[in-house]
Amino acid sequence: MSIDIPTICLTNIGPLITLSVAGLLLLLFDAFSGKAMKKAHFHQFSLVAVVIALLQTVWLWNRQTTDFSRMIYVDNFSFFFNVIFLLGTGISIILSVHYLENYRKNYGEYYALMLFAAVGMILMAAGGNLVIIFLGVEILSIPIYILSGLFREDLKSNEAALKYLLLGAFSSAFLLFGIAMLYGGTGTFYLADLAAFIKKSGMNGFTYVGMGLLIVGFGFKVSMAPFHMWTPDVYEGAPTSITAFMSVGTKAAAFAAFLRVFLEVFPTVRMEWDLLLWVAAVATMTVGNVTALAQTNIKRMLAYSSIAHAGYILVGLIAGNQLGATGILYYLLAYTIMNLGAFGVVIAVARKKDNYLNIYDYAGLGFQYPGLAAVMSVFLFSLVGMPPTAGFLGKFYLFSAAVEAGYIWLVIIAVINSLISVYYYLRITVIMYMQPAEADLGPVAMTPVVNATLIISALAVLLIGIFPGSIFQLAMNSVKIFGS
Amino acid sequence: MQIIFFLLAATALISGIMVVIQVNPVRSALFLVLNFFALAAIYLLANAQFIAAIQIIVYAGAIMVLFLFVIMLLNLRQPEEGGAHRHLGQKIFGSSLATAVIALVIYKVFRMIVPPGKPLTPDFGSTEMVAKSLFTDYLLPFEMTSILLLVAVVGAVILARSKVE
Amino acid sequence: MEIPISYYLILSSALFAIGTVGVLIRRNAIIIFMSIEMMLNAVNLSLVAFSDLHRSIDGQMLVFFVMVVAAAEVAVGLALIYVIFRNKGNVYVDELNIMKW
Repeated sequence: MSIDIPTICLTNIGPLITLSVAGLLLLLFDAFSGKAMKKAHFHQFSLVAVVIALLQTVWLWNRQTTDFSRMIYVDNFSFFFNVIFLLGTGISIILSVHYLENYRKNYGEYYALMLFAAVGMILMAAGGNLVIIFLGVEILSIPIYILSGLFREDLKSNEAALKYLLLGAFSSAFLLFGIAMLYGGTGTFYLADLAAFIKKSGMNGFTYVGMGLLIVGFGFKVSMAPFHMWTPDVYEGAPTSITAFMSVGTKAAAFAAFLRVFLEVFPTVRMEWDLLLWVAAVATMTVGNVTALAQTNIKRMLAYSSIAHAGYILVGLIAGNQLGATGILYYLLAYTIMNLGAFGVVIAVARKKDNYLNIYDYAGLGFQYPGLAAVMSVFLFSLVGMPPTAGFLGKFYLFSAAVEAGYIWLVIIAVINSLISVYYYLRITVIMYMQPAEADLGPVAMTPVVNATLIISALAVLLIGIFPGSIFQLAMNSVKIFGS
Repeated sequence: MQIIFFLLAATALISGIMVVIQVNPVRSALFLVLNFFALAAIYLLANAQFIAAIQIIVYAGAIMVLFLFVIMLLNLRQPEEGGAHRHLGQKIFGSSLATAVIALVIYKVFRMIVPPGKPLTPDFGSTEMVAKSLFTDYLLPFEMTSILLLVAVVGAVILARSKVE
Repeated sequence: MEIPISYYLILSSALFAIGTVGVLIRRNAIIIFMSIEMMLNAVNLSLVAFSDLHRSIDGQMLVFFVMVVAAAEVAVGLALIYVIFRNKGNVYVDELNIMKW
């Protein structure tokens, strides 16, 4: 029997290798190193790994190829998303250190699992085959189930992890059934072949069912209504650093796969999924924003707001044109930075053991910690979508793409929703600056690295909001692969 | 051959329903094992010998033993008291979604034109053929599963270990 | 004599629906988990059937990966259920309600 070994080029999966090997080494260090050197160096080590992976990603800029017998794409789309994922992972690692030390949970496994989750994200964005996308979803999700349940003694954390795991596995089953149906209709898992088949012989019964089930499966992961029920509980119960990580990582990765699959495989049957997603997007935005109004727990509020943001991003997906796809990429980058920044402030203000998570605990923050309040305000303004922040331009691109594609009503509803969101975001700013503190806030522990990260993030939100040109160009180059 | 299929399908369906309606978790688990065996036999009918073998080894052998182990460990044999009727809306929504899916599939299935079957090669579904595909085309996913399994091991340890230093 | 693909698919979707209903109506986390396993198996069945229909090995490859994923999910899930049992004394999902569902 002869075996044709496909040619492979390891630099194409350089970031994957770096992250996996770093995760393995972390586990080994944790097991075999002495106590003294332990705790302090895990996060530095994992940060180095993330930076190396980022450099390797930059090295891959502007390659247009596939590798591992077409299993993964090496293109600018996956390049852009790799940058988002690695940025998100890096910032989350920085924000985690102090938080975990307070809980005495600064394990090596924590960082290793985070790196492995990043591997899953990269696979989802790069996958050229539904098998890879499915495995990516699982490699991303399983570490996050574990990390959500990291505080084993805390029932809330247990609860969040179990809910996430049961619903996540449930949704994976739907995703998988969709993949099976697509396979049944076409006989292949390769996105390129699927696209070619559908272009040539049109849709058949199986591909329709498969497409519907894929929407359900991805809908769960991006917390699209009506599949958003898990989001608030999981976000509230999970450790805050993990909430931050999954709110940006899972969302960006799921949208990456969603975007790639739908724009590459189903562009010719736009009409069929448009209406479905139109309804879902409106429901997602409205449910997220309206429910967020009533929340007093800031983690829960940010959870509902993240549902609303998924709705805005869906607007870009529905538009389905180049500008829409560009807008999604730009928005996800902005969202990653601003949401992680907001969570960074939440972690800092919550102090020891998450005692201060109510929004009224922010009273007086503006007087006692003006710097912290200022960066928080920048992130909140950006989440609202006010000029001159990145959030504004992101929304602008998404909505103008939808106008260009003729979805006027959708844009009107989206704008109304953005106006609703002004209330609950700015309420926090008002509380920070207008209400006196009921008691002394006490020390808010900030390390220089966290300070620097928050400040740089805030500056980045402003800078890419004021000078969007280069990022926009980059995003536009990244979506050139979708020839619609 | 169709009679065998119908027998196996009936076994799978009945045991599947029993998994869901049994109050005792141990019985549910044992019915699930029966379900997996019936499916393994159906895989043989569908020319998937290797998959049939690992279905029994991995699912019935490893995964279900783990389930039974945990059920015994937690001593969960007491039945659930009283069915709760909370979240009725969610349940109705989900059940109707499931029914819709199955109805849609059946509807589509009967309207589908089956493409002409290609001739069956004698080694289709054999270990050799699966392995060949696994280590050439599916090399990357295969390597990635190692990360998945490592994550699962680490996760089980960090969640369930008895005491942390 | 060949078994028509539709038989496989009807069996598969019936099992999938039974599993879905199981997830939604049961309270015991372990049984919910078993129902999810049944759903995954239903998908495996249709993959094997399609693989036979198209005479391509790809479907069987995905079944292989699904089994790996199922094993990983079960390991983590049962560890979590064990932790919850230790903290709470039962594993009923509707009693997991510190936060509202």
